[in-house]
Amino acid sequence: MALLYASGIGLLTAAGIWLMLRTRSFDAVLGLTLLSYAVNLFVFAMGRLHVAAAPLLRDPSLEPALANYADPLPQALVLTAIVISFGMTAVLLALAVRSRIDSGDDHVDGDAP
Amino acid sequence: MSLALAVALPFLAALLLFALPNRARNLTATVAGAATLLTLALLAVNLPAVLAGQVVSIDWAWLPFAGADFGFRADGLALVFALLVAAIGALVILYARYYLAVEDPIARFYAFFLTFMGAMLGLVLAGNLLLLAVFWELTSLASFLLIGYWQHRADARQGARMALLVTGAGGLCLLGGVLLLGSMAGSFDLDVVLASGAQIRAHPAYLPMLVLVLLGAFTKSAQFPLHFWLPHAMAAPTPVSAYLHSATMVKAGVFLLARLHPAIAGTDAWFYLVTGTGLATLLVGAWTAVWQHDLKGLLAWSTISHLGLITLLLGLDTPLASVAAVFHILNHATFKASLFMAAGIIDHECGTRDMRRINGLWKYMPVTTVLAIVAAAAMAGVPLLNGFLSKEMFFAETLQISSHPFMRLAVPIIATLAAGFSVAYSVRFIHDVFWNGKPHDLPRNPHEPPFWMMVPAGLLALLCLLVGVLPSTTVGALLAVAAGPVVGGPLPEYSLAIWHGLNLPLLMSALALAAGAAFYFSLQRIDRLHEHVHLPRGAKEVFDALLGAVLGGARFFTLKVVNGHLHRYLTFAVLATFVAVGLPWLGRGGFVPDVDAALPAPLAIVLWLLGCSGALGALVWHRQRFVATLFVGLTGLVVSLVFALLSAPDVALTQLLVEVASVLLAMLSLHFLPKLSPPEPGFARRAADAAIAGITGCGIGALAYAVLVRPPDASIAPWFLANAIPGAAGQNAVNVIIVDFRGLDTLGEVAVLGIAALLVALLLAQVTGAQAPSRRTADGGGGGDDSGAPATGDPRPLMLETVGPVLLPLAAVLAIWFFIRGHNDPGGGFIGGLTLALGMLVPFIGRGIDWVESRVRLQLQRWIGVGLAFATLSGIASFVVGHPFLTSHYFEGELPLLGKSSLASAMFFDLGVFVAVAGATLLALTTIGRMERR
Repeated sequence: MALLYASGIGLLTAAGIWLMLRTRSFDAVLGLTLLSYAVNLFVFAMGRLHVAAAPLLRDPSLEPALANYADPLPQALVLTAIVISFGMTAVLLALAVRSRIDSGDDHVDGDAP
Repeated sequence: MSLALAVALPFLAALLLFALPNRARNLTATVAGAATLLTLALLAVNLPAVLAGQVVSIDWAWLPFAGADFGFRADGLALVFALLVAAIGALVILYARYYLAVEDPIARFYAFFLTFMGAMLGLVLAGNLLLLAVFWELTSLASFLLIGYWQHRADARQGARMALLVTGAGGLCLLGGVLLLGSMAGSFDLDVVLASGAQIRAHPAYLPMLVLVLLGAFTKSAQFPLHFWLPHAMAAPTPVSAYLHSATMVKAGVFLLARLHPAIAGTDAWFYLVTGTGLATLLVGAWTAVWQHDLKGLLAWSTISHLGLITLLLGLDTPLASVAAVFHILNHATFKASLFMAAGIIDHECGTRDMRRINGLWKYMPVTTVLAIVAAAAMAGVPLLNGFLSKEMFFAETLQISSHPFMRLAVPIIATLAAGFSVAYSVRFIHDVFWNGKPHDLPRNPHEPPFWMMVPAGLLALLCLLVGVLPSTTVGALLAVAAGPVVGGPLPEYSLAIWHGLNLPLLMSALALAAGAAFYFSLQRIDRLHEHVHLPRGAKEVFDALLGAVLGGARFFTLKVVNGHLHRYLTFAVLATFVAVGLPWLGRGGFVPDVDAALPAPLAIVLWLLGCSGALGALVWHRQRFVATLFVGLTGLVVSLVFALLSAPDVALTQLLVEVASVLLAMLSLHFLPKLSPPEPGFARRAADAAIAGITGCGIGALAYAVLVRPPDASIAPWFLANAIPGAAGQNAVNVIIVDFRGLDTLGEVAVLGIAALLVALLLAQVTGAQAPSRRTADGGGGGDDSGAPATGDPRPLMLETVGPVLLPLAAVLAIWFFIRGHNDPGGGFIGGLTLALGMLVPFIGRGIDWVESRVRLQLQRWIGVGLAFATLSGIASFVVGHPFLTSHYFEGELPLLGKSSLASAMFFDLGVFVAVAGATLLALTTIGRMERR
């Protein structure tokens, strides 16, 4: 399970970085999106992987400890990170559109070298 | 308290002066003068106590954890120095009123001047080493402003910059030295430091500390070879020079040596470093001064020489030498200030300072001549003037060196030699300026200056004479009390008398006087002094070369790194991250094998395959943007399923909703971007990128694996789990963390999202319809085509148009339901807000933006503001009941329809989040759609 999860993160990272290094703004945004998936999965992994142990404390007989529930802290961090990365994607897309309109080109440096 | 006021007053007056108009010359001078006299009075109040041997001090806690107090402390040395600073400051203020031209901004001058004076007073009165270092830097900054006062002159700007760089660098050294010193003494408090001399000298870090402190002191007091900034600083107006060279700035350096003398002196390292530097400075300064044709240049080099003398005395490290050093500090301040004022008068009335042109002035300005003769004679060490007394003591002390054979011989000889040069340049100052023929080709007709311009110089010259004739009555008591803290013990026996009998020091004085005068006249007559051009070389060239190298290096680096290509920045960022993450791994053990070696569940394998194929698909088909976007969306959906499987329902819901919004946004922006990425030339570059991406991906994957196969460390997570119900009445631990425990973080994050949405709106709002490329010809220089499905002209999607009216209320209900249950079940403000935004998007897509906006004005910007305000207010409400920001309260009760609910005040906070997130998301999504309409 760990190998599967970790290799997935690695693959998403590699694909994200390669796309991010392209010269067109839209490709770079897609790359960044893939990279942020990888980063979110990575941060999430810091709480380790738990199946069927959502941190919903419904059963009073169950002691509220990490033995019985998944770690809620990385989940809270990732949740807000997802929302923030949406904001970032939106800004980058708007920048890409604006840059295209202003310069007539969608090269990330504003104009082709 | 009067000490703190005395330091604060000049700064306050400076603030007032900044507000005054520059044409109010008398008003500004009066304000500056009155503030200085008041400061002087505030200082003098403490004189009786200090003369009685007390130390006056006042302390406030400033940064207690760092051992830094904000306190002032006046012992004899500090108070006498402060009185000197304020008294000469008052005289210079009077002088400057007449010196400065009408076109000079006088209010600014006085404001800078008083800032400088306040900094200097703070420096000498500081009761704490850290505070001293702060004021030390402040004097460097203020002197920069003063030296560069004539901003239009290039030499003033360069001189100011050089002074700032040299003394500022010295200040950094001093800070380092002071930090070391404080850690050695166990406190930064000056009383403690001065009392722990033995402990400091025995410390292994004594030598580095000493070198750092001395670098600070030597740069400030212009000691060889760091002296070169001082002659360039004379580009300042002459009143500034008079002040910098006499009572302040350069004296700050020797003050520091005297101040810390009991704590750090008394070792061979001190003796050789300080005495050696002083000796070299004394000789180089005196020799160079003889050859200067510029009146101020002569005085500047003479200042360097005299500071070398004082440094040398402090280096000798005998009690009597310390007394002599303090005495010479006072004497030098009086005669050097007077001489600079005289030089300023001459410059002012003749229009030049070139001694080859100004000759025979005594016929034109006899009063100034007399004043200058008195002060210059004091500088030369002529009997009956104050300079003679301290120089006599200096000679006597050079003869007392016993243990260092070489220095024993070298110091008295070089001292006599330098004294001879000192006589030579003093005689030159008098003879060359006031006699030696007639003035030729002067820009102005020389005459006596205004009366009040001569008064300050006259008072100082009078003081030279009084001290010289009646030393023990005039300064005896002050000198004793000022020298006490430098000696650090009982004062030695000494008598301040003119006549000590026929002895070796007197002989040395006589020799220097005779030889110096003879040397000057032979230079003038035989060697034609005026034809020599003696420009001291070396130090400044090294400084300029160093500065050039630093600037050139920075420019080269900047141009190489910041070359305007995103590709390079990102490559640097990725590689730097890789190195930073990889370095700690070097030398560590290998991997622990997978703890659960069992085969993963089939579902996990399917998800892995789907997610990876999404990423690979985006990679392979990245040039076809719609396709690539869909592939990325596929991966995003898989990620959300992974979260759902791995016990994170809240994260999964958020990811799902954000994924939908992101894909929609990407699709919308593709209307204004080429649908195809042009093929990139250069296989090598793509291969290099692939290598970087591959190795980084492997690294991150390995890191994740290494974490996953290890048991978790002790974490703060159990606390959140244990306190979710008792502390915040919420069963959903994730939501409790977001809205309660870490509510402040969430507030910040929602604010960021709101700002991002506003930024999107702003970026795209200014685009007019004419500028926006038509969607049908959405092809610029990118080389793409319009192979994507054109949207304009399409009939509105029938399904959405039909279902929309039903979907919107459903979505709204779902959003509210998510929001309300959030505290106990998956949901909450973020998820609710995103659901509402997406639901509201349906009519925009189904009916078009005009249809929606003709029926309802949404004003989404306000949603963001209202939501943020609501969240903040709910946090502030905690203050009302006396709790910190964002403390949660809750009560339980039956709600209609929803059953038993516990209503926490965090819910109001979450409501703010809900509204702001909905507004921000919808704003970002609709802005791009809005562009199409124009």
